[in-house]
Amino acid sequence: MVSFVVKRIVSGIALVVVIATATFFLLRAGGTNVARTLLGETATQAQISAKLHELGLDRNVFVQYGDWLSHAVRGDFGSSWLTSQPVMTALVDRLPVTLSIAIGAVVLTTVVSVLLGVLAAYRRGWTDRIVQVLGIAGFAMPGVWLALILILAFAIKLAWFPATGYVQAGQSLGGWAVALVLPVVAIAVSSVASTAQQVRSAMLDVLQNDYVRTLRSRGLGEGSVVLKHALRNAAPTGLTVISLEFISLLGSTVVIERIFALPGIGSMVLDATVGGDSPQVLGVVVMMVIVVVVVNLVIDLLNGWLNPKVRVQ
Amino acid sequence: MSENENVVPVAGGTPPATTGPKAGRGVVGRMARNPLAVAAVVVLVAVVGVSIAAPLLTPFGPNEVIAGLARRPPGAGHPFGGDGAGRDVLSRLLFAGRLTLTGAVVTVVVAMLIGIPSGLLAGYHGKWFDSVSSWFANILIAIPGMVLLLAFIAAAGPQTVPVMAVFGVLLSPGFFRLVRAAVQSVRGELYVDAARIAGLSDARIISRHVVSVVRGPIVIQAAISAGAAVLIQTGLQFLGLGEQGKPSWGQMLSDAFTNIYSAPYLVFYPGLTIAITVAALALFGNALRDALQDRPVRRRRRVDRARAGAASDTTRDVSNASAEAARGPAGEEPLLSVRGLTITYPGDTGDRAVVRGVDLTVDRAQVVGIVGESGSGKTQSAFAVLGLLPTEARIAAGSIRFDGSELSSLDRKARGALRGRRIAYIPQEPMSNLDPSFTIGYQLTEPMRVALGISRAAARNRALELLGTVGITDPLRTFHSYPHQISGGMAQRVLIAGAISCDPELLIADEPTTALDVTVQAEILDLLRGLQRDRGMALLLVTHNFGVVADICDRVVVMQDGRVVEENDVTTVFAAPGHDYTRMLLDAMLDDTSPRPPLVSTTAGRN
Repeated sequence: MVSFVVKRIVSGIALVVVIATATFFLLRAGGTNVARTLLGETATQAQISAKLHELGLDRNVFVQYGDWLSHAVRGDFGSSWLTSQPVMTALVDRLPVTLSIAIGAVVLTTVVSVLLGVLAAYRRGWTDRIVQVLGIAGFAMPGVWLALILILAFAIKLAWFPATGYVQAGQSLGGWAVALVLPVVAIAVSSVASTAQQVRSAMLDVLQNDYVRTLRSRGLGEGSVVLKHALRNAAPTGLTVISLEFISLLGSTVVIERIFALPGIGSMVLDATVGGDSPQVLGVVVMMVIVVVVVNLVIDLLNGWLNPKVRVQ
Repeated sequence: MSENENVVPVAGGTPPATTGPKAGRGVVGRMARNPLAVAAVVVLVAVVGVSIAAPLLTPFGPNEVIAGLARRPPGAGHPFGGDGAGRDVLSRLLFAGRLTLTGAVVTVVVAMLIGIPSGLLAGYHGKWFDSVSSWFANILIAIPGMVLLLAFIAAAGPQTVPVMAVFGVLLSPGFFRLVRAAVQSVRGELYVDAARIAGLSDARIISRHVVSVVRGPIVIQAAISAGAAVLIQTGLQFLGLGEQGKPSWGQMLSDAFTNIYSAPYLVFYPGLTIAITVAALALFGNALRDALQDRPVRRRRRVDRARAGAASDTTRDVSNASAEAARGPAGEEPLLSVRGLTITYPGDTGDRAVVRGVDLTVDRAQVVGIVGESGSGKTQSAFAVLGLLPTEARIAAGSIRFDGSELSSLDRKARGALRGRRIAYIPQEPMSNLDPSFTIGYQLTEPMRVALGISRAAARNRALELLGTVGITDPLRTFHSYPHQISGGMAQRVLIAGAISCDPELLIADEPTTALDVTVQAEILDLLRGLQRDRGMALLLVTHNFGVVADICDRVVVMQDGRVVEENDVTTVFAAPGHDYTRMLLDAMLDDTSPRPPLVSTTAGRN
């Protein structure tokens, strides 16, 4: 078990380094003239050279990479080219916002899709057809559109929730929760749609097992057979699907933070992209991959713990 | 949100890649008969056609600003109204498809160009290429695609073709995994070995056998990838990172967002257009999957239920009559009495009967064997008594009476209360009949606590005692073990312990020794016989082995092709088999190496 964890951590670190490296060279290879963007069209050649020197961009690209990496491993992702604020400070400020949305959406996805998937697999018939139709509809509906419809209905017409803005959980827990409802629902719908289908097919597979019939032959109620035994055996598949959904939800925060004006790392990477602010883009990419690696590790550990063959030696 | 980079097939799992070379004309035919598939194709053709023909169809240019049209709601001349800048929404909508559809095509082509060849190579040659490419696929799957696209746009700008090509790279693992898995499974097939021996080159084998298997799933994956590409472009265009100067669906939504208070109607059409396009792609994929699996478009559940209702009426008639008939001379009803049992499964050409009019009687403390080849309906009859037939199976006629009450007239709860407590079951294959996620102890005590209403501690004591009874030497250790930690013979003992744990009156054992080693078979059979005698249980033993029958049974029922062909007491059947089929089974047993040598002498003596 220990060697398994160590192996996963090492491969996770390798993943972070590979993606950070690829992103670094991609951003440096991009031909956009940062100094000119920052200084404006009227800047003289001398001013541009000075700016490039200030940002360290006049050095060999491999020297720049080594410099960035040696600082990054110590938790220093450099400073924003636009605001000179340390990237790490911005990340630490903004990560909780993004994680609140993503984790909220994952929890909602898990609860609703397990409910729908189990119902569809167990009841079949019309329930199953409805869940499958919801699956198509949820996949096909653009998240942006859904968010706009939710704003129109629940923020503008009914005024139940705010259309924009974020409240820190420390200030007001209720305000924080209310501010998150619409964004979380808007990104969770497509996750629910596809996860419910996966839970459904995993449950169908498990329910066909011989031991399910044997458990029924012992007089166990359907509640125990389906919700305890079958669901427990379908859980590893479900967890894997949900870890993939989490990655996708993390990507979705970029759009949703923009629509609801939430100050997370999604809107940070968007602003940085538009402004050509490489250190910020790189910082967010690395941070997101770290989050993904941590989540995958947790899911792997959970799966190992769920599987008696791994747990019991 | 629907920028779902980790594309998973919408309706649960890709089809098994075993459809084989027959997937061809028949698939197209089945698709054509599925109205949803036809509708999806019509929508897709319409969207593509309208986008191409947009300059001919639209009265206004996509970027043409019309005076006074800004934020004017739908009305004469402008059926979808005007946008925030005073441009005609309908004209823009028709033009906007061009950019997004181009992007989707680029994504799918790039994903296929990377995923399919690398999947073929990884699956066919394996070795280092397989490890390296699988590693890359895992990396690509672990990246939030939207963020990587932003990084790419930050470096290279927002041109549709390169951006969507990068997205194609991100989606290529879907194709890679599909093709790799299919090739790996085909590679193991015998006909591929045969082809190789016949001297066909690798390229010929791939094109003939592998491609025919994977082309269906590839089309499905392509449809879903195209949907994902449309959706992610919507997101990028909405964020202002789409190609500049050209109308796009996402850009129209962005305009709607800007004017959401003053012109809310702008939200409607672009979103609907995207949703319909993506839904058509997903439905097309689903319909193709169904066609490849050759599934009927829709189950005729309602009809079945109506028929089942009608059947249960006849059931009652039969059961009343048979209750009289089943009563012996002493007037005492047998413990189990099955009359005229008919079980059907839905098939392509109407229902197919697997059990036809079976009669069966088991008295208290009697051991009855049901003998027949596999497929003779003996296990199905046993499941019908337990009320554990698969959901698609239907009892079309007949009656099952247990201890004087008609089972079909009981509600689900009363039926469940019989199971385990009064009628118990021992399965054939021990390992697959234990839940791998729970300990043996839990699987033994949970049913006891439910059926007998005893405490956890009492159930535990009883379980340990039972494990000892069935001959397990270290009950405590087994109690705490998981199924994967014990042997097949021990697992079968555990299952027997579970079956007898609530002192049932009738024990149904379905080939309880078939999956075991010969030496263990004899022990288990001895155990069953001992338990049956000590506890006075009736035993209904399903088997294909006449040796087992001779050993343990009082009566024999011989089944062939869903019917009972002979029923008699054991000595009579062995001495003077009344049916050709019985004789054939007996001969087969005597010719074959019997698992239980004493049997030969027994029958010889009786002869």
